[in-house]
Amino acid sequence: MEMKKIYFYPVWLRLWHLVNAIMFLILIFTGFSIQYATASSSWIRFDIAIAIHDIAGIILTINYLVFIFGNQVTENGKYYWLTKDGGWSRLKKQLHFYTFGIFNNQPHPFPLNEHRKFNPLQKLTYILAMYLLLPILIITGLALYFPQIFDYIGLQSLVIADMIHIAIGYFLSIFMVIHIYFCTVGHTMTSNFKSMLNGWHEVHDHPEDHP
Amino acid sequence: MKRYKWVSWLIFILIGLSFAIALIPRAPEKAEETTGLQAYAQIPADRVYTNKEDNEQCLKCHAKNHVEYMAEDAEKPYKQKMYTECIIDTHSYYTSNHWNFKCIDCHTDEYASFPHKAELRFEAIAGCMDCHGGDPQYEEFMFDQIDQEYQKSVHFKLQSESFSCWSCHDEHYYKLNARNRKDDIMSAIQYDNDICLSCHANTKKYQLIANKMNPNILEKHDWLPNQPNHFKHVRCIECHAEINDTLIVSHNILPKDKAVKKCAECHSGNSQLMASLYKYQLEEMGAFRLKTSGLMDQPVLIGGQRNTLLKLIGNLALFGAIGAVLIHFAIRLFRKS
Repeated sequence: MEMKKIYFYPVWLRLWHLVNAIMFLILIFTGFSIQYATASSSWIRFDIAIAIHDIAGIILTINYLVFIFGNQVTENGKYYWLTKDGGWSRLKKQLHFYTFGIFNNQPHPFPLNEHRKFNPLQKLTYILAMYLLLPILIITGLALYFPQIFDYIGLQSLVIADMIHIAIGYFLSIFMVIHIYFCTVGHTMTSNFKSMLNGWHEVHDHPEDHP
Repeated sequence: MKRYKWVSWLIFILIGLSFAIALIPRAPEKAEETTGLQAYAQIPADRVYTNKEDNEQCLKCHAKNHVEYMAEDAEKPYKQKMYTECIIDTHSYYTSNHWNFKCIDCHTDEYASFPHKAELRFEAIAGCMDCHGGDPQYEEFMFDQIDQEYQKSVHFKLQSESFSCWSCHDEHYYKLNARNRKDDIMSAIQYDNDICLSCHANTKKYQLIANKMNPNILEKHDWLPNQPNHFKHVRCIECHAEINDTLIVSHNILPKDKAVKKCAECHSGNSQLMASLYKYQLEEMGAFRLKTSGLMDQPVLIGGQRNTLLKLIGNLALFGAIGAVLIHFAIRLFRKS
């Protein structure tokens, strides 16, 4: 088995990813604290939890714009472009690997290379998370941060915005759990975590698996 | 290769627009928008007035901003500005609780002669309890309990000499509010807050009762996040009155050091608003609710347990995912070994 290294994660991307991860963990923790606060007890004092949640949300928003802008001006954006060639069958193949093949030490069906940073399932979930759910989370979060906006669009919209914000918060929390877990399915348990620190992704190639 | 770049620009624009819309300064309230009092001034179609004619004797002057009369020895009519406090808004009066009262039901009939005697301005006016205290006919309004609560309040303790029911509830215009406006919480809130602000935001009226300057309401509440939203969507008494289980509106106004200042008193699962502002909502279907249904049928309250179903589903999915990941990991370890 041949091993080579690809520089997938430039410094700006690693910094963005680090800030995104920290802010997301803070937002999940404070979000739960706000949701489950009572008059007599809460994980974090309510007003402090709100303040931290607001600050983390604003940093996450600015950081997200860095991600979008970075993907516009660097090569990193190309990895998120959808391709139509056999999308569903490729997804099934990847899903089958995660549910069966991985337990039998089968090779990854879509090993990474200079042209493919994500497997099909990974790509789809990343696109949904980063280009659909996170923007909605940010927009509803902004609306809740500036609640005077609901004077224009109706108070009931606040309830809807709040519900969407919470629902997507849950979706992305689940995404994060699975995302972190699947980082352990690299060549070794820790190889993907190391990649996010040094920028280099180890590829242990199976040439016959290339599409 | 650049076919998806428009998605990124769209997101940029959307987030930018969100900021822009959120930061637009609020337009001032429209001039034609009605106040809480005016919005509630509809006359029921079946109402029959029996004393309007008698009252006209008084209102022919007291519904105008000036009084005009011809004295016996005078050469020309005497015309004088009517004191603002003596002018009656007839529409508000005839839509108030006491809509069918004669003026002389409360005022002495000596007012029938004109010019009025100077000493009449010192006449004692009956208060709520003089008519309604211990009266089984008005039991549902719980006047006796209201009086007990009022006597515990800071208004009574500090200003009992100059304070009365009429200090808050205008004797000519007062009307049932919370009880009758179950589906219009915003107007009910504005009506109630107008009562407090009629003194606390009005130095002249405030100083009739307390011999000092009234504190600036906005400055005193500058610690409150989203102050305009709080002022618009909750009543002053939510934070400044003791919760009462039986009364619809608490009348025990607390000293300022006992006012609610902890956000989570309201923004929590066991929000005290459920025992005050949203009390009706719990007692009667449809009352004080947003006009929505199903999942959205909840009071607008950030941080409250307002949607338990959503959170239940979310928690199940989240912990389900954690469980699935752990099982997956365990199988991987097992197969490897």
